[in-house]
Amino acid sequence: MLFVIVPAYNEEKNIGRVLGGLFSHGHKNVVVVDDGSTDNTAQAAAEAGATVLRHEVNRGQGAALQTGNDFALQKGASVVVHFDADGQFNPADIEIALGAMKNNNADVLLGSRFLDNRSEIPWTKKYIVLPISRFINRLLTGLKLTDVHNGFRILSRPALEKINISQDRMAHNSEIIKQIRQHKLNFVEHPVEVKYFKYGQGVDGGIKILQDILAAKFLK
Amino acid sequence: MFLIQILLVVFFLFALSKVIGRFRVGDLGLAGVVGWVLFWVAAMVVALLPNSTARLAEFVGIGRGADLVVYVALAGIFFIIFKLIVKIEILNREITKLTRKISLQDRNKP
Repeated sequence: MLFVIVPAYNEEKNIGRVLGGLFSHGHKNVVVVDDGSTDNTAQAAAEAGATVLRHEVNRGQGAALQTGNDFALQKGASVVVHFDADGQFNPADIEIALGAMKNNNADVLLGSRFLDNRSEIPWTKKYIVLPISRFINRLLTGLKLTDVHNGFRILSRPALEKINISQDRMAHNSEIIKQIRQHKLNFVEHPVEVKYFKYGQGVDGGIKILQDILAAKFLK
Repeated sequence: MFLIQILLVVFFLFALSKVIGRFRVGDLGLAGVVGWVLFWVAAMVVALLPNSTARLAEFVGIGRGADLVVYVALAGIFFIIFKLIVKIEILNREITKLTRKISLQDRNKP
């Protein structure tokens, strides 16, 4: 059973369209984790037909994804797709990616913006922010990837059982990659389309992520 | 006696009263109250007899007593900040766990 998990924070304007896209591509088990939104995201998601989990207070995207993962595990999911709520991803990519995952016998599939030419990435991001992020990510996680911090990923049940996201905010991306390596999970990168309506995380976001990763080194 | 000494002692007495107040309502354990009382009493001694730190300063190799107080205070403050950051991070994780549990329980209600 496939579950699509959509973490959402104040996305009442986009969530209906995103969910409509997922349903029209035949995905039935769509779970929206409303991360303490102050608008009507939860209501809009429920009206669109999704299963809605609600965080009473905002905990961040990493926390919302782990809540979705736990729910999917409880419900007996065999595979889980992480999909952004802001309409950046193309729902048609899921089916193709699932095929690629099967062909490669992979536990995890990570979306990449750099394996085909569909994503129109702002040039400052493409040539400055992302190469630096990739390099730092490689240093921190030990895994060489063509992309960083792309929210599109697919996890098989064995991967879902092993990966535990403790980074509540945006550092969960690096954390997941690190855990893929630690648990020696088979992974494959696959081209996905990302549309840019807004810039996303700039340099500030990257610095915040580094802070979170360093803070976590003191704990455990 | 200088004015600063009087102000400091008044402040330390105020801090002491707060420590004892916290102990009375049960927010502070016995070890905590003893530690903080000793700390503020020591601070009062240093304020009233500034030269009392001079011998200690000389012993550890610092020129002036006042410098020793500043160095020790700075080190202490940074240590406390570190402990607070770790504590806040742990609290954050616990809040996330609770939030997750509540959201999953709400969903599984009939």
